[in-house]
Amino acid sequence: MTSTASVTGWRFSVRLKEEFRDGEAQGLLSDLADLDIAGVNKISIARVYYLQGDLSSDALSRIERLISDPVTELCAAEPLSGGEKPPAAITVEVAYRPGVRDPVEDSLKKGAADLGVTGIQAVRTAKEYIFSGTVSAQALERLTYKLLVNATVQQVVTPAVREKIFWVPPAVAATVETVPLLKADDAQLQQISTRCQLSLNLDEMKTIQAYFQKAACDPRLIELETIAQTWSEHCKHKTLRGNIVYTEVAGGKSSQRTINNLLKETIVRATEELNKPWCISVFEDNSGVVAFDEKYHACFKVETHNHPSALEPFGGASTGVGGVIRDILGTGLGAKPIASTDIFCFARPDYPKEQVPQGVLHPRRVIKGVVAGVKDYGNKMGIPTVNGAVLFDDRFIGNPLVYCGNVGLLPVDKVKKTVSPGMAVVVAGGRTGRDGVHGATFSSVTLHAESEVVSSTAVQIGDPITEKNLTDALLEARDAGLYSSVTDCGAGGLSSAVGEMGEICGARVDLEKVPLKYAGLNPTEIWISESQERVVFAVEAGKLAALLALFQRRGVMAAEIGRFTGTGNLELFYQGEKVGDLRMEFMHHGVPQLARPAAWTAPKPAEPKLQPRTDYTDILLKLLSRWDSCSKEWIVRQYDHEVQGGSVIKPIGLGPSDAAVIRPRLSSNKGLALANGINFRYGDLDPYWMAVLAVDEVARQVAAVGGSLDRLAILDNFCWGDPTRSEVLGSLVRASLGCYDAAKAYGTPFISGKDSLYNAYRVGDKAIQIPGTLLISGMALVEDCVKTISMDAKKAGNQLYLLGLTRKELGGSAYHAVLNAEGGQVPTVDLKQAPAALRAFSKAVTAGQVVSAHDCSEGGMAMAAAEMAFSGNLGIVIELSKVPADTKETDALLFSESATRLLAEVAPDQCAAFEKTMSGFPVAAIGEFQTTEDLVIHDAQGREVVRASVGQLRAAWQEPFKDW
Amino acid sequence: MAEVRVAILKAPGTNCDMETAHAFTLAGARPETVWIEDLKAGSKKLNDYQILAVPGGFSYGDDLGAGRLMASELQHRLQDTLGPFLDKEKLVIGICNGFQTLVKAGILPSGKLGVEQEVTLTGNDSAKFEDRWIYLKSEFNVCIWTQGMEDLFELPVAHAEGKFVPKDATVLEQLLGFGQIVFQYCDADGLEAGYPANPNGSMASIAGICDPSGRVFGLMPHPERHLSALQHPRRGREGRSGDGAGLQIFKNGVRWAEKHS
Repeated sequence: MTSTASVTGWRFSVRLKEEFRDGEAQGLLSDLADLDIAGVNKISIARVYYLQGDLSSDALSRIERLISDPVTELCAAEPLSGGEKPPAAITVEVAYRPGVRDPVEDSLKKGAADLGVTGIQAVRTAKEYIFSGTVSAQALERLTYKLLVNATVQQVVTPAVREKIFWVPPAVAATVETVPLLKADDAQLQQISTRCQLSLNLDEMKTIQAYFQKAACDPRLIELETIAQTWSEHCKHKTLRGNIVYTEVAGGKSSQRTINNLLKETIVRATEELNKPWCISVFEDNSGVVAFDEKYHACFKVETHNHPSALEPFGGASTGVGGVIRDILGTGLGAKPIASTDIFCFARPDYPKEQVPQGVLHPRRVIKGVVAGVKDYGNKMGIPTVNGAVLFDDRFIGNPLVYCGNVGLLPVDKVKKTVSPGMAVVVAGGRTGRDGVHGATFSSVTLHAESEVVSSTAVQIGDPITEKNLTDALLEARDAGLYSSVTDCGAGGLSSAVGEMGEICGARVDLEKVPLKYAGLNPTEIWISESQERVVFAVEAGKLAALLALFQRRGVMAAEIGRFTGTGNLELFYQGEKVGDLRMEFMHHGVPQLARPAAWTAPKPAEPKLQPRTDYTDILLKLLSRWDSCSKEWIVRQYDHEVQGGSVIKPIGLGPSDAAVIRPRLSSNKGLALANGINFRYGDLDPYWMAVLAVDEVARQVAAVGGSLDRLAILDNFCWGDPTRSEVLGSLVRASLGCYDAAKAYGTPFISGKDSLYNAYRVGDKAIQIPGTLLISGMALVEDCVKTISMDAKKAGNQLYLLGLTRKELGGSAYHAVLNAEGGQVPTVDLKQAPAALRAFSKAVTAGQVVSAHDCSEGGMAMAAAEMAFSGNLGIVIELSKVPADTKETDALLFSESATRLLAEVAPDQCAAFEKTMSGFPVAAIGEFQTTEDLVIHDAQGREVVRASVGQLRAAWQEPFKDW
Repeated sequence: MAEVRVAILKAPGTNCDMETAHAFTLAGARPETVWIEDLKAGSKKLNDYQILAVPGGFSYGDDLGAGRLMASELQHRLQDTLGPFLDKEKLVIGICNGFQTLVKAGILPSGKLGVEQEVTLTGNDSAKFEDRWIYLKSEFNVCIWTQGMEDLFELPVAHAEGKFVPKDATVLEQLLGFGQIVFQYCDADGLEAGYPANPNGSMASIAGICDPSGRVFGLMPHPERHLSALQHPRRGREGRSGDGAGLQIFKNGVRWAEKHS
């Protein structure tokens, strides 16, 4: 290794001038307080740039101007060969590990070139923290690794590290390893699966062994890896497509049935039976496609990125966003991304620090990192993040859930893809590095304390500007008709993308042609790398030159790496030598079907004994201050939810909105309503009703804004624990059955979906399974955005109506959660009446009969009413005696989470019309909006049980995240 | 009347180009996306346009500071085409990242190339990216883009680095004296106020400035996101319909260009 003296280069540090407030440093100080670290009175942060090369004094001053702001910042440059200076204060410097690339490095090189500075060989970035005051060595160590460094991708810059700051991972000999498989016994087969991180079971390994025995040669590692990627749970959904023997025990009776392919028998079956003409492409492409208007279709996809986000929240969440955007880019011949949705499940932010398991980040850090990641990627892509939800439960401590969704617009004539022999295989966008190796197989294992170490390459850093450039160039090339097919490189990288595209005809790839981030990748790594921001095109020979020229003009990498053939084989070459050869047929259809037992036992629905109260104001305020229900303004405002100009109903207006409404074409008033339904607490009691309630919640939210329930498409995302445990798989089966029934009843087809299994965290020999969590995402057509309404109370004198029957259904409710009560009856849905009631409600909204509406979900009617009241700064007086109900208990009338209920504000002159529209359904005027600012609720006997001012209600709602 | 041609300048990471183009279309002009690379290569010429719009986004990822790399390109790669454009009777508008770019290139407040940077837009006091609707007021100024606008109106902001800071007190006095302060953040009553009315901690609550001629205009808020009442967060409760407050800015620019071409 080179010695310090011979490193030619400079270290620049840029910091704010004293007189300016450094918000980041202030934030860090408060984080120190969270860690109970006292003694630091000031933190100064500097951006650090290491430049390798000989630089003249003129070049130095140009660089200074390029990297610092003369009004607010100071820049210092020092030569690297100056020897070691002892740090003047308590200093921690943090840099990315070798091989992890910061996109700023390339930007700096480009900027320097624009300024005529040549001779910069390499750039590395770092960040310097200088602490004033006193800090013990232990405290410094603790704050460094809790707050400043994520050891998965970063390291502290010690003198030894600085000496090798420009070091790049060495070239690995391009040998092709052969794996002794043919003669392996069962134990050895399993060892091979573990050693090579294949995540394949014995049955699968034996199938592979048989395939290669026929060919009479041991497989090369690259071939095994290709099969493992293609057969991964992530890509093949082996569990949901598996053979399941399902046992259900309820009401003392046990029943059993065999399900041959759960996905086909529930989710897909509902869509096929509904057979909606406006479903253009479902379960086929990278996202689900439905008709929008005469020129465009709309497409929607939701993905999860749970495991990467657990280890590196910022990188995991940002690449989750980047990945689902590429699903939209890879739909048809490429759709334009127009909106994002993001839903998270975390452990509660006030989780006791000392109880956080080893190897796990504290939820506060996970939350901040995930939100920052989504913000960074979404905002830089210029895609509005318009809808989301955040839920909390301590079972997510080691395994948070991060759902990332994206919506796109696809021209009606760009739906069909074609791949034919002779077309070029072109990879475009980002370069390929060692990042994300084994991501697809990694997502099929349980996390544990060593995951951080084992899978450091499974974590990636996103580069949104590369993806933005790719998006712009891709859409330009699409409109010029320069390619015939496109798909994104997601899990499994090129292996999956080329494998899928060439499934029918076959493909040949010359791996040395893949543009790399740095030298030294062996052919297997090139092939399975999950480096971000890449797509693969199939390009007709005659159009290849034009496509490559366009991408070059836009500064986006694109390279021909092979051809689609007619052989039906996947052939891999490296520098002319064949390094892999597999039958496409075996790769795609050779995986043996899994057979697994599943069981669900209905819990005994004992009602908890709760003392009736004379006043419920306190409970209502507590409900508003629950982590799940409180204001997420801290998150929403950090997302650019208005870029592209189409925002109509914003995620947070004056209060928490129901569905978001966007107007994707600025020249038209046609829109899309986006909603989500998720509540794992119902699933703890009965996953079937959790599924139905999630669909009902989506439909309610769409109805509340005036979206069309005749044109509502939904997506399923199952996040479950370890499916090899029969009770985990059993609850998944039961939820799927609920999905089928709900989709059929509401007439809303599933158009796409995804499952993420093995969401568990192992502490010692005990695994914490996450609660089975189903997210239903909905996208509905809005005929005229002008007719949509928001949820804030509008005017004193208007009537408050409640649609839907209130029953004593407090099982899984927020009310029970604040009282730490368990059990109770989970809400159920009248599947005959609910869809019709919500359709009628949507009609009332679009007919102008309703001026504000809000969905009754967590916290029930009282919570929804409180939110309407404080959002509009209007009091409401509500009579529980008027609530359509089959219970008389005050707490149930206030807080029951019975389904299919909505509050509506109706002007006096529209009451008759509204009642007529809603006739035949349980609906009643239960209150009136006031000029005074108090929410007052009287029980069935007329006694006041709630009184709070809108100011109090709003303050309670805003409290939890106020100082974040 | 000649059709007004607008160059919507696009660099890698620019992302408000479509809605900015839409704003100019509604104002009666003919906008066109012009990639910075196409200007450098000479396949498009700034001279063919009457208006240059630098839209919002994250040019080059805001690496090295918001707008910094694009500003450097304007100064060092496009000076031969941009310099003459600024000297002629032509218009420039920079919105959000476009404003940051113009300021860091020294084009605002001077209206010229080759001038040292005199003001900046730095990190919000909140240390966060924030998307929110704010009130703006417009007092005496020479900006041709904003003539005839109402005294008080609303636009959304969405940025992390929008805090306006002049190099020194003299710069601020000059801006005031020459009528170059175009918009100031204020509360619903039109009074200067603290956070969140002033969303980023800008000095003198400055949200937008122009050059001494009034032709070059930069602002942090997004007028292209308030072209229609449909975009306003309180449309329902305030019974809003029709055009939004932002449209007038684009109309002013286009009307002026029509007269001066």
